[in-house]
Amino acid sequence: MIPHLAITDQPIDIAAALAAVQTDTAGAVNSFIGTVRNQSGGRPVRRLHYESYDSMALTQLGHVIAQAYEKWPMLQEVAVVHRKGTLELGDVAVVVAVATPHRAESFAACQFIIDTLKQVVTIWKREEYEDGTEWVAAHP
Amino acid sequence: MSLKVALFGITRDIVGTSVIELPAPAPTTVGELLAEMRRQYPALGDLRSCAVAVNNEYASADQPLHTTDEIALIPPVAGG
Repeated sequence: MIPHLAITDQPIDIAAALAAVQTDTAGAVNSFIGTVRNQSGGRPVRRLHYESYDSMALTQLGHVIAQAYEKWPMLQEVAVVHRKGTLELGDVAVVVAVATPHRAESFAACQFIIDTLKQVVTIWKREEYEDGTEWVAAHP
Repeated sequence: MSLKVALFGITRDIVGTSVIELPAPAPTTVGELLAEMRRQYPALGDLRSCAVAVNNEYASADQPLHTTDEIALIPPVAGG
């Protein structure tokens, strides 16, 4: 039941994150894998730079997962691994994996965790274009 | 009392350093801190939002600040 949480500057091992949530009491493992795509709002993106306030990010991630356990008491295991540093196109930026007894809750809990992570976890993304860079969502 | 404030993302770019020290008399609440930072760095006011974290938690404007607190400006997050 102790969630597997990490913010790393190393490539994310998807299989390890899935293995971390495997448990004989769960019949469903659901995962979300966020990857680096080649455009943003139609503007070509060359690579991404992620910055993290690690201690706060892990604290807030802990709160998100506690909320998920409140909403879905049957939630068994959770793993969240977020990458930081420079990422190239196609690289894995984040993996969320959850294990629940049945599949419906696994989809819902996984979506809740990634959606809420994006709102509160202290990680910032700078997109690199051919002609410069920009912090995502910084300005209205 | 002086305060150290950690800066991340675009707030670090705006201020030009990753930690700024506000000398005494420093702001005593989160609201005063934000007002002082915006006065010194008007570009902070152009952001979509700018929260303050105290000891790894989001803080409200009336929360008091202490020299021993870990304080940070939190511009709009964009994980995932």
